[in-house]
This record gives sequence, C-alpha cells and structure tokens, in this order.
Amino acid sequence: MAKKVAFLQGNEAGAQGALYAGCKFFAGYPITPSTEVAEVMSAELPKVGGKFIQMEDEIGAMAAVIGGSLAGSKSLTATSGPGLSLKQELIGYACIAEAPVVIFNVMRGGPSTGMPTGPSQSDVMSAKWGTHGDHPAICLVPASVQEIFEETVRAFNLAEKYRTPVMIMPDEIVAHMRERIVFPEPGELEVINRTAPSVPADQYKPYDTKFGDVPPLAAFGSGYRFHVTGLNKAEDGFPTTKAALVQAEEERQVRKVDANIDDIVTFEEYMLDDAEVAIVAFGSTSRSARYAVNEARKAGIKAGLFRIRTFWPFPDKQIKALASKVKAIITPEMNLGMCTIEVRRCAEGKAPVHGIFRVDGEPINPGQILDKIKEVK
Amino acid sequence: MAFDYEKYIRPGKLPHIWCPGCGHGIIMKGLIRAIDSLGLEKNNTAIVSGIGCASRLPGYLDFCTLHTAHGRAAAFATGVKMAKPEMNVIVVGGDGDGTAIGGNHFIHACRRNIDMTYIIMNNNIYGMTGGQFSPCTPTGAKASTTPYGNPDPAFDVAKLAIGAGATFVARGTAYHATQIDKLIAEAVQHKGFSVVEILDDCPTTYGRRNKFKSVIEMMNRLKDIAVPVKAAEKMTPEQLQGKILTGVLYKEEKPEYTTEYAKVIERAKGGK
Amino acid sequence: MSQRYEIRFSGAGGQGLILAGVIMAEAASIYDGKQAVQSQSYGPEARGGASKSEVIVSDSLIDYPKATVVDALLALTQEACDKYSHDLKEGGVLLIDSDLVTRQPKGNFKVVSFPIINTAKNEVGREIVANIVALGAMVALTGVVSKEGAEKAVLARVPEAFVELNKKAFQMGYDKAIAAK
Repeated sequence: MAKKVAFLQGNEAGAQGALYAGCKFFAGYPITPSTEVAEVMSAELPKVGGKFIQMEDEIGAMAAVIGGSLAGSKSLTATSGPGLSLKQELIGYACIAEAPVVIFNVMRGGPSTGMPTGPSQSDVMSAKWGTHGDHPAICLVPASVQEIFEETVRAFNLAEKYRTPVMIMPDEIVAHMRERIVFPEPGELEVINRTAPSVPADQYKPYDTKFGDVPPLAAFGSGYRFHVTGLNKAEDGFPTTKAALVQAEEERQVRKVDANIDDIVTFEEYMLDDAEVAIVAFGSTSRSARYAVNEARKAGIKAGLFRIRTFWPFPDKQIKALASKVKAIITPEMNLGMCTIEVRRCAEGKAPVHGIFRVDGEPINPGQILDKIKEVK
Repeated sequence: MAFDYEKYIRPGKLPHIWCPGCGHGIIMKGLIRAIDSLGLEKNNTAIVSGIGCASRLPGYLDFCTLHTAHGRAAAFATGVKMAKPEMNVIVVGGDGDGTAIGGNHFIHACRRNIDMTYIIMNNNIYGMTGGQFSPCTPTGAKASTTPYGNPDPAFDVAKLAIGAGATFVARGTAYHATQIDKLIAEAVQHKGFSVVEILDDCPTTYGRRNKFKSVIEMMNRLKDIAVPVKAAEKMTPEQLQGKILTGVLYKEEKPEYTTEYAKVIERAKGGK
Repeated sequence: MSQRYEIRFSGAGGQGLILAGVIMAEAASIYDGKQAVQSQSYGPEARGGASKSEVIVSDSLIDYPKATVVDALLALTQEACDKYSHDLKEGGVLLIDSDLVTRQPKGNFKVVSFPIINTAKNEVGREIVANIVALGAMVALTGVVSKEGAEKAVLARVPEAFVELNKKAFQMGYDKAIAAK
C-alpha cells in the first residue's frame, strides 16, 4: 500500500510527529509563530484519547506538561522566543526533576517581542543557557517539513531515554513553509518509552543510580509513591544539602547527555570530501547554504556544507575535524553570531571562521553565502 | 484510641522545618484526618505544592507528592489531573505562593473548575524568606519590607476564589483545629475546584514585628475574630466589624473541567 | 523543467493569497509529482497590510525555500505591487488587478491585467473567491502545473458546498488570463 502523503506546514508536521511518538498531553499558550502546533493538537489529541489544555500563560503551560509527564503521559508544549524566556525556570525544574518533556520552540526575531512573524535563529543559546544552573541540554534544529516530523519523534525519544527536557527549534521559515511529507508507517520510526521501575513499590527510588545514570521513572497513580522536588535531591527524591551527594547528582544529570553525545548528535555532510571552503549552517539557512554550495561548485570552487541537525550537544569533534581539513569556514545564521562562537571554539584556530549574520527578519539568501565563498576561497 | 497519624507520615522525614507556634503542623494533621475519614487511597492521591514553608508539607506525607516551583503548584497539579483524572489532587501552599506569584494559576484553576482542592495556609506573610509582606498582609502591618507599615491593601482570598469561579470555598483557622478536617473533607468530596483558606500564624516573622507578645496571643486572635457563617447571620454589621467568617462560605454545582474534557474526547472520536 | 520556477502571490492580508500559493504548490507536489515548497511572509494584520505567498516548483530537490528571482508575480494591490516587484526577473510574468494596480513597475515584463476582484464579485458572484480566480489565471500564465492538478488541488481544499463556486472561479480566472495574454 502506498504511504500516506500530504502537503503540510512545518508546525503541522511537528504536531503529527508528536502524535506518532505517542504524545498524549499538550499544554500551551498562544504565541506566533507556533500556534498551528497547538491548533493541530487540540483537534487530534482527543481523537486518540489524549488531552489538550490551553493554559493561562507560558509558565503554566510548562508546569502542566511536567505534571502531565510525571503522571505518565508523554507531554508537549509549543512556544516561541518570549514564551521560551518565560518557560525557562521550569525547564530547569524539568532538568533537575528529570521529567521527560518536549518543547517545540519556533524561532522568531528577538529579543523581547521583536518580530513575531519574522524568522530568526537566535534562541539557540537560550536553549542551553536560558535556565539558571548547570543542567543538560538537548536541542534539535530541523531544516525541512519531513525532518520536523521525524525530529519531533526523536525529541520525544531522547526525552524519554534520558529523562530530560528536549527542545526542537525550527526557525520560522521551516516552521511555516509547506512541503510534501511522506508519513512513516507505525513502527517504521523507532519510538522509545521511558523505562518503568522493575522493583517493588516499597523499594522504588526515583533517582536510584543503581540502575545507571538514567534511573527508571514511575508514574503518579501507577502504584508507586514518591516525592519530586526542584531542590537538590538525593536518590530517594527528597531534598538534601549533603555536599558530596549534591555534587554527584549534578554531575550525573549533565553526564546523561555528555556521556552519550554520539547517540544524540546528528549532522549531515554535503560535498565535504574535497571541500576547501566549508559552510556550517542549520535550519532554513542550511538550505540557502546548499544552494550556494551547488552554485560555487558550478563555478569551480570546492565548497561543501556541514549541516548541524543537533545543536546541543554541539558537534564538537566533527567541527574540530572539519576545521583541520578546510581552508576556511563560513557560518551563516539568522542571529549575530551564536553558532559562530561555538564553531570558533571547536575550530581552535585551525581554520578562520567567517560569519554571515542577519537579524532583519529576512532569510540569508544563497547569493550572500556565494559572495562570501568567493571572498574567502 | 488515639488517631494514628504515622500511618500517613513518611518514615524518617520528621521533624518538620516549621517553627514552634506555627500552625502549619495543625493544618497538616487536619489534612491527614480528612484524608483518613474519606479513605483516600495513598497511591491514587497526589499532593502538590509550590515554594514556601507551607509547601514543604507534601514531603512529610506518604502519597504521590510534587514539590514544584514558586507559585506554580496549581498549574503542575492541572497537568497531573488532566493526565490522570481519576487521581485525587490536593494542592497546599501559602498565601504569597498562591495569590502573588501564583495568582494567575490560582484564579484560572478556579475558573476552569477543575476537580482538585487547594488548601491555602494564610499566615499573612512570606515566612521562609524572612517576613516580607504578602498580598495577604493587612494594611498597616509591619513586615521586613514594610518597615513603616504596609501601604498595600490585602486580598480576601475567599472572595478572590469565589469571584474567579471556584465552586466550593471554605475558611477555617489553625485555632479551630477540629473544624479543619471537616472543611477539607467536604472540599475534597466536592466535584470541582475547591478552596479551603486556613488562617494561620507566623510568630517568627509576623508576630514579633506586630506586637504579639506570644503564640498564645496570636492563637487567641484567631479564636476571637472567627465567626461561623451561621452565627454571623444573626449578627449586626457593627458586631461583625473586624470579624472573619468561617465555615463553608460558598458552594455550587457546575460542570467540572475533566468531565467536560471527557466529552470533548467523545465528540472528537465521534467526529463531531 | 529541472530548473526552479518561482511564483509569488501578493496582495493584502485576508485576500486568501497564502491559500492560493498553498493550492498551487499542492498541485505541483501532490498531483503533478514535482517538488514544491510554499512559504509566506506577513505582517501583524490579519486583514490588510501587504502579504505574500511564494511557491518554488522544480523537478529536483528544492533547497532555498524563498524566491531568488521571481518568474511570475501576482499583485492584487498597489502596495503589494510596489513592495514585491523588485526581484521580478526580466521577461517574467506580472499579473495585476487592473482596477487596483494603476502604477506598473518599470521593467521588461509580460504584463497581464484584468479586473480580478471584480470578476470574482460580479461574474462569479462572491468576492471571497478572488484568490481562486487569481490562481486560475496564474496556472494559465505560468504553465508550471497542470490545469487538472490545480483543479483537483482547489477542490480538495474547499468545503463541499462551495465546490461549484470555486470551480467557476478557477475556470473564469484561467480563461480571462488566456484572453488577456
């Protein structure tokens, strides 16, 4: 049987991906340019017995999804820049409480209200540094409608596998554009569910490191009683100020991601084998970059593209290797140099890194990148 | 035989953090008696709180307990209740947590009439942070941030809840200990969003700044100002001056949120 | 056609131009088996303001989703025509509403004009289908999607009760564009 195809908007594909992953709870607050995610979820979730709630504000929405997740439902919220800022405290809560949730954040111009309908890629640092304290961060940056679907599924998988909040952050262009999408059949994409406890209820501890860095998570109402807090906690979930324990727990939370970088980090290499100029780009900007690479190749310039698909954790070792084999790196991005900072850090001076920055609400077009390729080749 | 509180208290989690003379412990015992009288199943009951002295309560009790972030308890609890509507959900917290930083979540939980009980322990102050004034600090009172007396008017929590759409609102005091469990039990049994405000005292950060000589004096104040709603019906406005009504202040039956959402699911599945 | 073909629908918010673009792209992508991407940019206004919807059609993978050099431009208002005609390519197609766009941009374009909104209002019977009239015209002028594919895409997007109205709007736009060429 032919697979189901549709001509879908990025945000709609994200909602469909969430449903495919088994999302059963959505809580959100209306914000441009992410509202279509909420609209689709409000229509589709109840059809599968799931629940949708529009909360009183962004913070309430973040709180509700953590509550929903702890009660056993795979949970999603969707937002954009200002909403992401508001959610940050509770993103930290989800990190420390180790509650799997997915945050679908469409990047629009900022700071503050900025350009609600204009594209941007300026929330990537927020995704890692937005909430206070040391914490793990996973952030996916899809570049097509099909990829939004698939990466939303992966966002849920990573959240469940590592018991941590995961952000998927399409820029406004990718989120609002429409493309043909081929829906994967059920079972075609891997769907991961959190590990449930195997011990009897009276022996259950929600942060029991006996089971490794990602302890099994019981659901409220499933026969397991336990305590969850935003305070630094011991393995039984109760607050502690014991120095050694706090240190160990903090390190474990971050290690969940740091020790599994190869499992989490994804990227795409295009025409890099013999490239002398490498473009490092993500989201819609990577599509301009690919166009520019093709044009450069036609003009006899050995250009290639490294497309970042997972922004956090950052593909450190890949960028480091890239820097040692090309003459120059170009980093086009719809912000004033956030990815560039990371690429320079990884390049360690082995190749010069030239940024192309745009924050005027317009996409970086292929011509701008091509000009830079010609300039630095 | 004496009531066995230990049945509901997590082993090894006491002593609690509350100061001598604080009423939070009295309220916790009232909550335990209420739960016991209703026979709520521990595994099927979630107790959710925000931040503050009162919000430490869930950690002591042997249920599914969720100590959230400042002000956010009602929103977290809403998520729990939506995911598992069959669970009993009880929120506990203080006046600052619930009506200032959490005020928006509080009024919207009232408006939705989602089936849970919110116990608000009103001691008129931010105790944990050292006695700053809250939205429930009386005008003129001294707090660590109102050294010249509080210029702010105070919330009437019960009126706020009724105005926002809560369908069961009751008030008690930490002095009237035996009434607490009855009010909470009735609130939990009510289908919809129920609020139980319990007037409480903070001798450490409120009492000593406001010329209360002792905990007993503070407790006596609660005794003196409380007037049961029935008794108030026979009193003149002059007699009610400075008094606070206690008991069930408001009750009505209205569609409950998770029940209404179950109908949404039916309609969606039926393609309507 | 392995090359990109870029189409821009522009006008005011509320004229249904985003939908017109979506239908054109859907016709190419779902019914004609080509590659297509539709994107848009819009202001804060739900009604009014200048709004555009862009469609890229190609036989091969489309990377950059926005227009670079526009092959065909529809402008339903003067404001949109002024704002969005700067990158219309030499020899490109410009379709304008003859009642509403009185100042044409300078350049070597194939200009086609007819009263699009008036056609919808007076000949089809409902102003609301002006976008479908315009779509029919763009399908005729660009030839980048099949007429059959476009019709199917239109009908898949409209409620049962409005099928005939939209069919009529599409056909009328198609015919008027051919006549005005």
